[in-house]
Amino acid sequence: MATAVPMATRIPVRISVNGTEYAAEVEPRLLLVHFLRDNLGLTGTHVGCDTSQCGACVVYLDGKSVKSCTVLTVQADGGEVQTIEGLAKDGVYDPVQQGFWEMHGLQCGYCTPGMIMSAHSLLQRTPNPSEEEIRHALEGNLCRCTGYQNIVKAIQYAANQMSGAGVSGNGSGAGTHNPQDVGDWKGELAGEST
Amino acid sequence: MFPNQFDYHRPTTVAEAVGVLQQNPDAKVLAGGHSLLPAMKLRLAAPSALVDLSKVEGLTGISTNGSVVIGAMTTYAELRDSAALKAALPIVPETAYHVGDPQVQAVGTLGGSLAHADPSADFTAVALALDASVKAVGADGDRTIPAEELFVDLFTTSLAPDEVLTEIHIPAATGRTGMAYEKFRHPASGYAVVGVAAVVSVGVDGTVAQARIAVTGATSKATRATAAEQALVGKPLSADSIAAAAAVANQGLELNGDHYASAEYRAHLLGVYTRRALERAAASLG
Amino acid sequence: MVLSRYVGAEVRRKEDPRLITGTSMYVDDLRLPGMAHVGIVRSPYPHARITGIDKSAALAMPGVLAVIDGEDLAEFCGPLEAGNAEGGSGEQADYEHLEQGALGTPQVWPLARGVVRYVGEAVAAVVAESRYQAEDAIEEVVVDYDELPNVTSPEEAMADGAPRLYEANPNNVGARWDRIVGDVGAAFTGAPVVARARIRSQRLSGVPMETRAVAAAPDPLNQGLTVWTSTQAPHWNRNSIAEALGLPTTRVRCIAPEVGGGFGVKIGAYQEDFIVSAIAYRMQRPAKWIETRSESFLATHHGRDQWADVEIAGEADGTIRGLKMRVVQDLGSHPKGTDLAELTGRMSCGCYEVPALEFKSYGVYTNTMAVGAYRGAGRPEAAYYVERAIDLLADAAGLDPVEVRRKNFIAPFAAGHVTTAGEKYDTGDYDKALSRALELVDYAGLRRRQAELRAQGRYLGIGLASYVEICGFGPYESATVRVEPNGDVTLYSGISPHGQGQETTFAQLAADHIGADFEKVIFNHGDTLNTPQGNGTMGSRGLAVGGGALMISLNKIQNRAKQIAAHLLEAAVEDIELGDGRYRVRGVPGEGMSLAEIADASYGGDLPQEFEAGLESTDYFRPEDETFPFGTHVAVVEVFPDTGEVKLNRYLSVDDCGVIISPLLVRGQVHGGLAQGIGQALFEEITYGENGELLSGTLNDYAIPRAWAFPPFETHHTETPTYLNLLGAKGIGEAATIGSTPATANAVIDALEPWGITHLDVPMTAEKVWRAIQEGGGTQAAAAD
Repeated sequence: MATAVPMATRIPVRISVNGTEYAAEVEPRLLLVHFLRDNLGLTGTHVGCDTSQCGACVVYLDGKSVKSCTVLTVQADGGEVQTIEGLAKDGVYDPVQQGFWEMHGLQCGYCTPGMIMSAHSLLQRTPNPSEEEIRHALEGNLCRCTGYQNIVKAIQYAANQMSGAGVSGNGSGAGTHNPQDVGDWKGELAGEST
Repeated sequence: MFPNQFDYHRPTTVAEAVGVLQQNPDAKVLAGGHSLLPAMKLRLAAPSALVDLSKVEGLTGISTNGSVVIGAMTTYAELRDSAALKAALPIVPETAYHVGDPQVQAVGTLGGSLAHADPSADFTAVALALDASVKAVGADGDRTIPAEELFVDLFTTSLAPDEVLTEIHIPAATGRTGMAYEKFRHPASGYAVVGVAAVVSVGVDGTVAQARIAVTGATSKATRATAAEQALVGKPLSADSIAAAAAVANQGLELNGDHYASAEYRAHLLGVYTRRALERAAASLG
Repeated sequence: MVLSRYVGAEVRRKEDPRLITGTSMYVDDLRLPGMAHVGIVRSPYPHARITGIDKSAALAMPGVLAVIDGEDLAEFCGPLEAGNAEGGSGEQADYEHLEQGALGTPQVWPLARGVVRYVGEAVAAVVAESRYQAEDAIEEVVVDYDELPNVTSPEEAMADGAPRLYEANPNNVGARWDRIVGDVGAAFTGAPVVARARIRSQRLSGVPMETRAVAAAPDPLNQGLTVWTSTQAPHWNRNSIAEALGLPTTRVRCIAPEVGGGFGVKIGAYQEDFIVSAIAYRMQRPAKWIETRSESFLATHHGRDQWADVEIAGEADGTIRGLKMRVVQDLGSHPKGTDLAELTGRMSCGCYEVPALEFKSYGVYTNTMAVGAYRGAGRPEAAYYVERAIDLLADAAGLDPVEVRRKNFIAPFAAGHVTTAGEKYDTGDYDKALSRALELVDYAGLRRRQAELRAQGRYLGIGLASYVEICGFGPYESATVRVEPNGDVTLYSGISPHGQGQETTFAQLAADHIGADFEKVIFNHGDTLNTPQGNGTMGSRGLAVGGGALMISLNKIQNRAKQIAAHLLEAAVEDIELGDGRYRVRGVPGEGMSLAEIADASYGGDLPQEFEAGLESTDYFRPEDETFPFGTHVAVVEVFPDTGEVKLNRYLSVDDCGVIISPLLVRGQVHGGLAQGIGQALFEEITYGENGELLSGTLNDYAIPRAWAFPPFETHHTETPTYLNLLGAKGIGEAATIGSTPATANAVIDALEPWGITHLDVPMTAEKVWRAIQEGGGTQAAAAD
């Protein structure tokens, strides 16, 4: 076609998102992140860059942690997507979400959904990561507010929760904690004093 | 952030994919898409159509019986986590662990990386050092292209526009072989400012029988550092021979510079990273 | 959870539940029926005359509703600032003698009119049904340009005969600020030790993870507009937009919803705020523009970008005799930061007694993006120069940098101290922070370790910085405390937090000071419709000034609640005390009354006539002066000479931000501040090419630090209250950024001491360090005598 914009055929897709099946017809160029945000109104998945660097848009696609800004909606056809909105179950936060809350793992909150989804994926692969492994696994997620320190602690908290040790965090009242298990998670133990 | 319009094709066989490519000269093959889609989002690339290989049967998998065969659509994550590769070709899972980030690893593919021929990619150098070849399927059947002949220039390969890269073949290592990939990671992009892959075989007499050293990041395409290789062959793999090889690593290579790292600095880094790769390769000989 | 005291306790943030579930609302999450999408056509040239704009092809594209250029927009939208044409005759002038302050403020239009002055300047706006269609149409707007000579270096721009950006600014000078005190000549003549360096504080990008974003919609209630914008100061944007559109401020409502980071670069209305507002008002339909990250690098103002020639004269024992600084501030293409160099000047004495000071500064326009506030805004530059100068002096005198700092510290003061630069610091005890840092980090042990490693050919560097900075800017801040009839408490403020956590901090204060239920406190901010007048969140003012206002209201509510309680409990008001959230009669057993019971009475109508109905107060706090937090940071790095790579091994901070309300949040501010300051020292730089093109225009080029870049930070505090507000709090938002750039830079230079290197510019990238080592020392600096 000779027009400036070829009229690409819209493609029918069926995608399960957070357990709900959706059918739509989309332009091939529609990025998955825009499908989630604009077509489904799931705006918890964010866009922070245009070069696939920042990770604000991380979701699960068929169990894999992916950057939804670098996946076409048509590539997700027939697939299962899980977003930040689907992480809490029956009103109970996932341990990773809980960890971010307990450990002050967020400030402006913009990178947080992608950060939580990446952290969740790390703990699926590596249930008890070392601090170095955590920092390596966050290569694809940028945060400009926290200096990452409390994000690392949040992930350590979640790892600990998931292994059943039951650590409580900041301000959540009584609870036991084992500094051996969670490293320097708590201020006064981390060489932090206020 | 918003690609131009394009048509989308999702063939289920290689032959069908080749057919679509023949009909659409400006089409591009979509593998993991983690190089192509970012370029399209910035409108640096605007193919008329994409041919998505994700539903083509038989393009994934790792076989390590004798020579190693890796399906083109095998992801970095699969390479990273493969126990068979950790035993047979540890350089492959190690490199995969350092490509991009976990999300890139989950989606990016080995075939996609080699066919894209990014001058700073990691696996281009590793493929050269491993003496890999690729299987390309076109309208007239298939052919084998050695990695050496695959990379032509930056973002340019010897694949015909209607050919699909389907498999990567890596010959079995002979004798005692050590291998390692070392890279200076760009702090922003994560790509190699300089990357060096070294695969070194030592004969029964304790001297180097074969050395393959390949560089990425520093040149317009992944390239073998032949002077460094020659400096090793016939010598015992020692601190001295490694230093001698590192000293000539940049010989005969035309090096790139940019505002992050000058050509002069890259020339220097090549020596350092050649030494580091060789030291680790030597250590891995056991 | 009920705490007996919330202030000082480690409480989880009230903000977080909506953020960890992805259910909050940033501007781009807003969807309105019929919302149009705006895309911006930007200049590819640094300096050019627009000779024609052909919109026809774009207008023919699917979904395109309008294409608007600068002349179109000027018919219904005014310039960013009123501007004025004073300050120059148009002839070459002796700019050394121009009056102080901003000079000849140029008029800036939201869409360029006639001339573009930087790559990325907005030239036309495309309005389309969808974002994808807007992006498609941008490519079809044909703009013809005649290129003009450009200048991107401020030094070159100041030279006679340089290309000029504005007629009213000879030599492109747009701001001056000087201060000369004492006999500087005598201080340097015959000084036993003199050290000097040309120090660059490079250009940075703020990179909030949420880019800028604006949406606007006609508002039938005010017959004007509602504007949602990702800003740090919604009241300021409201005022600017109303003025440009010729509307009274009562007809513009500005909302900063959830804002994904600011760091200074979201202060003030930008071109796109006006463009989108004007489009929505003119077309009477909702419109939205979301900046891409690439656009953000081009068109969101940059920070820092100064060149400083620094000279320090001292005695052989390290006592400072005099200090000279000549600072050239690159203003970029239009005014955003004309006061940055002034702020540098005001802090040019740092923590030290400086008997003689000569500070001269020049703000210079160039064909680059405007430079404005970025985390610290002028003060990080000052701390960096002073702390480098102290190390240079120590090096030249052969003294330990600790000794030189101690020798020159201003003695502890609790009721104000005026520095040679003319700044009145509130309270300070600089040696206390330094001593605590040295003890915690085991400075002597580190020096021993450094010597051991050096003997093994390993290069450890230990860097110190003792900083002081300005926080808590006025002119005022506001608060409303409303106790609802059921006893729940609603707070309103003119600050506009975007990650700082005042929703939590303010609820802590309300819990302690009026007995509010912490969990139920609602904090409204960022909406000009329901908040009192305000100045937003910037300059570490949220708690010190916004919290100061809140405390006035809380105290008034507490007094009124006590009066009601006294009446109902039949006690003297002086005998009512607030404890554990209850108003009780001192020394009398019994439960007393809750705030809910008091509120019920207050709204109930049974109180005697002298009791005013309701329980609400709005108050303004006008601080009489600014606060001056301080601290000492210690960085430990290892430099690898074979590649020039720098590894940050350890980082310890002792910050004194006055009284700490929420330790958890203070630590968070410190961590984030450190990351940005270390980012400046090691990674980040905005670079323009020879033709004025932006070389670091994506996150593939511009390196903001990732998680692997840092060791666990060790954060500590001393606590020296200020007398300037009711909390005693000074501010912590920028402090760690200000301390960490010089501490890290000093550490790297300390590691490079064996090569005779006394100065190296930030960012200390691997190649730069490697080159300095190759050259065996002295790059741009030399210690004299």
